[in-house]
Amino acid sequence: MSSLSRRSTLWRNRRTPVGGLTPYRTVPIRPQTSHLVAALLAVCAALLLPLAAGAAPPSKVEQGSHLYGRYCLACHGLDGSGVGAPGHTIGAGPLRVQGQQQATAPSLRGVGALAADFYLRTGYMPLRRVGDQPRRSRVFFDEGEIQAITAYIASLGRGPAIPTPQPSRGDVGQGLHLFTEHCAGCHQIVAEGGYVTGAVAPALENATDVQIAEAVRIGPYLMPRFSRQQISDRQLDSIVAYVRYAKHPDDPGGWSLGHIGPVPEGLVTWFIAAVATIGFCVVIGTRLRSR
Amino acid sequence: MKDRLRTLLVLVVLYVLRRRLPRRPPAPEHAPEPPTQRIVPAGTPEPRAELLAIGLLLFGALCAAAFVAVYVLDRLPRQTQLLGLSLGLALLSIAAALIVTGKRLVVTEELEHEYPPEEHPEEQEEIVQTVAESGSRLTRRRLFTLGLGTAGGALAVALLAPLASLGPGIDLDSFVRTPWRRGRRLVDEDGKPYRAADIEQDTFYTAFPEGADREQLASPLVVVRLPPRDLDLPRENAGYAAAGIVAFSKICTHAGCAISLYRTPLFPEAEPKPALVCPCHYSTFDPATGGTVIFGPAGRKLPMLPLRIDGRGYLRAAGNFDGPVGPSWWGVRARRPFA
Amino acid sequence: MIRKLVRFLDQRTGTAPFTQKALRYLFPDHWSFLLGEVALYCFIVLVATGTYLALFYSDSTADVVYHGPYVPLQGQHMTEAYRSVLDISTSVKAGLLIRQTHHWAANVFVAAIVLHLLRIFFTGAYRKPRELTYWLGLTILMVALLEGYLGYSLVDDLLSGMGLAIGNGVALSIPFIGASLGAFIWGGPFPGSSAFFPRMYIGHVFLIPALIAVLLAAHLALVALRHHTQFRQGRETERRIVGVPTFPGQTPRSLGLLLAVAGLLVLLGGLVQINPIWLWGPFHTYSSTNGAQPDWYLGWLIGALRLMPSWDWTIGNYTLVPNPFWGGVLFPLVVFGFLYVWPLLERRFTGDRAFHNLLDRPRDAPVRTAIGFGLLTWVLLVFLAGASDRVFVFFGLSYSTQIWFFRVASFVVPVVVAFVAHRVCLELQAGERVERRRELAIGEARAEARRPLS
Repeated sequence: MSSLSRRSTLWRNRRTPVGGLTPYRTVPIRPQTSHLVAALLAVCAALLLPLAAGAAPPSKVEQGSHLYGRYCLACHGLDGSGVGAPGHTIGAGPLRVQGQQQATAPSLRGVGALAADFYLRTGYMPLRRVGDQPRRSRVFFDEGEIQAITAYIASLGRGPAIPTPQPSRGDVGQGLHLFTEHCAGCHQIVAEGGYVTGAVAPALENATDVQIAEAVRIGPYLMPRFSRQQISDRQLDSIVAYVRYAKHPDDPGGWSLGHIGPVPEGLVTWFIAAVATIGFCVVIGTRLRSR
Repeated sequence: MKDRLRTLLVLVVLYVLRRRLPRRPPAPEHAPEPPTQRIVPAGTPEPRAELLAIGLLLFGALCAAAFVAVYVLDRLPRQTQLLGLSLGLALLSIAAALIVTGKRLVVTEELEHEYPPEEHPEEQEEIVQTVAESGSRLTRRRLFTLGLGTAGGALAVALLAPLASLGPGIDLDSFVRTPWRRGRRLVDEDGKPYRAADIEQDTFYTAFPEGADREQLASPLVVVRLPPRDLDLPRENAGYAAAGIVAFSKICTHAGCAISLYRTPLFPEAEPKPALVCPCHYSTFDPATGGTVIFGPAGRKLPMLPLRIDGRGYLRAAGNFDGPVGPSWWGVRARRPFA
Repeated sequence: MIRKLVRFLDQRTGTAPFTQKALRYLFPDHWSFLLGEVALYCFIVLVATGTYLALFYSDSTADVVYHGPYVPLQGQHMTEAYRSVLDISTSVKAGLLIRQTHHWAANVFVAAIVLHLLRIFFTGAYRKPRELTYWLGLTILMVALLEGYLGYSLVDDLLSGMGLAIGNGVALSIPFIGASLGAFIWGGPFPGSSAFFPRMYIGHVFLIPALIAVLLAAHLALVALRHHTQFRQGRETERRIVGVPTFPGQTPRSLGLLLAVAGLLVLLGGLVQINPIWLWGPFHTYSSTNGAQPDWYLGWLIGALRLMPSWDWTIGNYTLVPNPFWGGVLFPLVVFGFLYVWPLLERRFTGDRAFHNLLDRPRDAPVRTAIGFGLLTWVLLVFLAGASDRVFVFFGLSYSTQIWFFRVASFVVPVVVAFVAHRVCLELQAGERVERRRELAIGEARAEARRPLS
């Protein structure tokens, strides 16, 4: 992996109710061999524990733990503790040190299959350069590997399963209403993406139904996290239905110009209409003759 | 009925015949002499250009007819595009015909002419003289002019005065009056009251005063919950939070858009701290410090509403905002909101 | 046939001499002289399409529930005004075509005026005796900006509603009187009384078009009275105008241009979607969306509003200059103020008080061209700053970096551009002098060669 910095962002411990962060261990982790030995021990321990999220075949979890050890451990630490290898510089940023520990990445305990599935299938993780905002990029793992890592992460405590949104049960109108209230401020009213101070809220044209549902429940990077209490599963169905519509809305007016409003309209005004009218004038009128 | 039709047919035939029959030459009235000198010079014919122009005109006519057809035939797919294409092409092809006519079929004369005179000194003098001599009967010229001016000015003011009825006058109380009085419950867009326990961390809520007009600028709130130890409220906002729940006016103090962005870090160690952001010009407010501006052009902190939790666990206002809601104006820092 | 008509009219109006003069009135011929006509024809299209739309629009802000054909808005609360525009766009035959043509015409109208203004400025057409014409034209531009803003705000969709809120914020930011002015216009604090939309409507469909028509008529009358300016190309002088007569020469060209502009606008209106308000949804004071922008001709103002650092100038407890004033009021005042004052400034600094019927080419007036380019660059950079959030989303360029870049560049780059423009003008002039000398020398050499040997 590329040079690590502590600004890798992933998952926080969801068992925290109102208030603070999960306390981290006081012992700093040393890298290299002892690291890997500890990882193997953790894997064995994990194998002996019943998996809360349902019985996955032990081989999947084991395979997942191997992959985890290779690609995720350095930042996310043993058992997804969030304290990775120390001594790596973290990129310039609002790093806040909590107590004695320096977390290098969010803890993965209790994040469930939902989070792992989201981050892996979108290519958000592994983070290309630690410290960046996770963005949709190349999907690093193949299907089997994704399932394995997901199974392993799901085994790290009780966490939500992969959601199954049903947009056909939702209502597009209700979805527009909810999307305007909760999402349009960042993602733009037709989900074309937008700027938030310090981050980009991506356009949703490549987001699958499941990924939308997952993101709403996770709140990745600087996005708020909407629980079932705030947005029920049925309401989420409507939001997903709306986003599906917004990807290809009806465009009775013609060429849609990207659905982002007056900026491309101004470009058409100048680069098509103004050019054309100047063209008309040049054809009709004459040019300056030399003196 | 049949008789009428027959009469009509006869009339039509007669009319057509009359048109085709040779006419009597009209009685010579004031037939002018044939022109001795051409005004517009003669030009050579250009049959190709003529054909092109006629062709374009016919094409234009076809497109115009197509427009009417598309208009009448309702429910065509892409109806607007077909309508625009047909009418647009009709206009453009007739335009092209006219341009061809103008450039190739009409004699392009390049004529010369004198510019009109720069000025007319004699007439100017006459005007000045006329005006000057007209006042021969006035003895108190200055006083009279003053009188006219005063009357005119006063009349203008009088005629403009009723325009004041357009506005509410100089009373600016409406800018500081809010529907939030102590004890008012916070409700969501459907009117359901918020319980403190409903408010989770890392997300945001829009709240309104129970029973009040939601479109009023001072009505909408943005409510978030922060860990109490992250709160760093200034002295004037002490006690405004209820168990870490803070509420602010949703209306940005820069130019009045609704603040509908809330950034909240998933990994606070490495990500920017929670902030409310306005999508218009990206003014960014820190909820932990009472809504102070941390980025963007807003010049005034976000008005904060004190909250309390009642006996049943519902969120209620514990008073009014700490400052008027909305964009800044002259007295915005001098007045306190009232309910 | 023609003779009968002409006789009929002359006997009843006595205008044959005037008509004969008008028919042979001369139009100096250059393509850039047609830009003003393009703006005029856009205005004609605006009035025609606008009249149609006004017959279907409702200016009421009463709350209604939508039950029309557009599915995502079924059952939503909205104002009657928004619903009427939804109906025009979905249920009135050719309604969407005419609505989009109207909106494209508004955008192109302002663009044409700007192009025309650039031509007027860089050729010095505003000089004596045409200062009044120039000032009238500038006023038409300002009024056109307001008219367009009101027009798209009448729809009461989410985007334009946010724009109205900002307009209100800018009005409030005027020192001392801002709040009273805002309350006066809106009938109270934003969103205003129920009379606000009807007043905006009457302003947009009657008062302001009438004002534009009057200004335009005066503008055209002045052009005709003093006759059009011209470039010196051959026989043109300050006293002699050379051009094409109205009839038969100019008529088919002008008519052709009218139909071409109308055709272009209708093509755009049918083929390119503009302001799809059904996607934005209705406006509420408590709603907003990312990426909201005004129409292009107000983009310079949103750029200015975003670039300003967070200054609210206060004296004690009183807010003398709220922040939106700088970008929303002072900036456009400075730009327009400079344009208004420019003919007087130029007269003062060049001492040139003569009549001018001949135009300069831009290179012939290097200082004017440099200043014009500088001002244009300033406005353009501020304008570009207004789109920096979309640039960020599209290209990944950090927003705050862009803001800082534009803050600096918008003052440094215009100066550089002005110097470069000045330099280029001088170089072009020098090049022409060399060319002329060369031709003279060749001509002399040829004459020399043809002279019989003596």
